[in-house]
Amino acid sequence: MALTRAQVEGIAHLARLELDPAEVPQYEQSLSRIVDFIGELERANTAGAAPMAHPLPGLVQRLRADEVTERDGHALYQRNAPQVASGLYLVPKVIE
Amino acid sequence: MNAHQGTRVSKGAATEPGAAWETVIGLEIHAQLATRSKIFSGAPTAYGAAPNTQACLVDLGYPGVLPVLNAEAVRMAVRFGLAIGARIAHQSVFARKNYFYPDLPKGYQISQYELPIVAGGTLDIVLEDGSRKRIGVTRAHLEEDAGKSLHEGLAGLTGIDLNRAGTPLLEIVSEPEMRSAKEAVAYMKKVHTLVRYLEICDGNMQEGSFRCDANVSVRPAGAEKFGTRAEIKNVNSFRYVEKAILYEVARQIELIESGGKVIQETRLFDPDRGETRSMRSKEEANDYRYFPDPDLLPLELDAAYVESVRAELPELPDAKAARFSAQYGLSDYDAGVLTASRELADYYEAVTRGVPGQPKLAANWVMGEFAAALHKEGLEISAGKLPAERLAGLLARIADETISGKIAKEVFEAMWANGESADAVIASKGLQQITDTGAIERAIAEVMAQHPDQLAEFRAGKDKLFGFFVGQVMKATRGKANPAQLNALLKEKLPG
Repeated sequence: MALTRAQVEGIAHLARLELDPAEVPQYEQSLSRIVDFIGELERANTAGAAPMAHPLPGLVQRLRADEVTERDGHALYQRNAPQVASGLYLVPKVIE
Repeated sequence: MNAHQGTRVSKGAATEPGAAWETVIGLEIHAQLATRSKIFSGAPTAYGAAPNTQACLVDLGYPGVLPVLNAEAVRMAVRFGLAIGARIAHQSVFARKNYFYPDLPKGYQISQYELPIVAGGTLDIVLEDGSRKRIGVTRAHLEEDAGKSLHEGLAGLTGIDLNRAGTPLLEIVSEPEMRSAKEAVAYMKKVHTLVRYLEICDGNMQEGSFRCDANVSVRPAGAEKFGTRAEIKNVNSFRYVEKAILYEVARQIELIESGGKVIQETRLFDPDRGETRSMRSKEEANDYRYFPDPDLLPLELDAAYVESVRAELPELPDAKAARFSAQYGLSDYDAGVLTASRELADYYEAVTRGVPGQPKLAANWVMGEFAAALHKEGLEISAGKLPAERLAGLLARIADETISGKIAKEVFEAMWANGESADAVIASKGLQQITDTGAIERAIAEVMAQHPDQLAEFRAGKDKLFGFFVGQVMKATRGKANPAQLNALLKEKLPG
C-alpha cells in the first residue's frame, strides 16, 4: 500500500516533525515499505494464537510497594531546563 | 444499553413531559487514588507542595528511566471493580496515549486502552421519585495524571508544575444511560460515596481529586440513534455538573431547532457565566495512536489475589443502607442520608449504641441538629467537635424525660458551644423537666387565675384556647413542664 503525500504530512504533524517538502517523496516510499511489512504480518495465519501485548512470553509486570523513595531533586533537574521561575518550568504560552 | 424511560427535556431545559427531546449523558470520572507514591515512580503524591519538588526523573520523562507499577494502585482499582460487581481482568495491558502538551513531559500518557483492569459493573442510583435506576459502568482503567499549567502572571509564558504528573488515576467510564442532569449528579455522587467508602480516593473536589467529563447529546424522543455529543471537560463540583449539563442540553436543542447541527467537540464550563463554550477547536480530530507500552509488561492478577482483595472489602453503601432500614427501622430516605459517608454512618451507629432502643430519635438528631451544626461551621465529623457518646448522653435525657425535645435543643447548643456533657448543662442551667404533678398543677392554677377571660371563653366552647393555656404554662415553667403530663392535667382542670 502506498501512502499519499497528505498522509505522510499528517503523520509528521502528529509527531511534531518538520519535513522539508523535498523529503516527503522519500518518506512516502520508506513509510509505505514499513506499512507493507505490517501487511505481510497480517496475512500470517494467526488462528488460535492469543494476541500478545509484549514480546516477552511468560513474563508479567512486577509491582513495587507503595513507598516514597524519591527526594526533591528539582534544583538539579532544572539545570537542564532552558527557562525556570519560582520552581516552574517556563514554556511558550499555551492557550486553552 | 437498557431501554430506560427517559426524562424529556425541552427548550430552556425545563423537564416537560411530552416534549420532543431526550437527553443522553455518559460520565467519565477521574478519581485520584490515595496512594503515598506515584503510579510508576517513588515520588510522593501529597497535595500542595512547592512546584516540581515532587517530580522525579521518571515523572519528568528523562531518557533511560523505566516505570514500575505501584501495587497499591492496582489493589485500589480491584477494590473498586469488586464493589461494582465488575470483572477483574486476569490480564490487563498498559498503553501509551500520544499527544503533545507541555504538562505531559513524555509526549504520551500511560493509560489502559484495549484491556482495562476493570470492565462491566453497575451502580444503582435513587431518582427523585424514590425509584432506583441501574447505571452500567463500561470500564475503569488505571492511568497517570498530567502536570499543571499555570498561565497567570508569567509575562506571556506558561509555567509548568509537574508535581501531579504520575499521580495514579482511576478513570471510571459509564454507559450513556443517564437521561437528565439530576441522574448524572446522582450517579456522580454515588461514585463519590463509593470511592470514599473504599478508601481509595479522598474525594476532595476542590483539590481536583475527583472530577468528571460529561458527554452530552440530545435526540428526538423515541429515537434509537444517539445525537452528536459534546464533551464537557473537567467539571469538579456536583453543582457545576448539573448546571453545565442543563446549559449544554438547552444549547443543543436550540441549535437543532433553529436548523443548526451539533458538532462533536470539547467544551469547557465557565462557572462565572454559567455556560459551556467551545475549547479552541483543534486542527484535527484527536489521534492518540494508542499502542501497548513496551516499558510495561502485562499485569496479571490471579483468582487468589482477587479473592484476597474481596475479603478486605468494607460494608458497602447500599448494603449498609439496607441494614440500617432493617435493623433500626429507618425509612429508605433516612438510611440513605445516614450512609452517604462512612464517617456519618459510623457516628450514627455510635450514637445508637449510647442510647439503646432509640434509633429513630438518634437518626433525627444526627441528620438534624448535628448535621446542621457541622454544616454551619463547615466542620467534618472527624474534627471531633461533639463525640457520639456526648450526643447519646443528651438523647438519653430526652428518652428518660428529664428534658423535652425543645429544651434539648437549648442544651445541644450549649454542649456544642462549650463542650460540656448534657447532664452538666442541664444541671447548671436548671433545665430538668418538671414531672412533679403537684408543681404542674400549681402552675396551671396560677395561669387560670391570671387569665379569667380566656378561661371563660374556653368554657363557653372556644376549644382552640387550649393551646393558649399550654403556652402560658410552658412560659411560666420556662418550657420545663413535661408536655404529656401538662396536656393531661389541662384537660382535667380547664373544663372546671
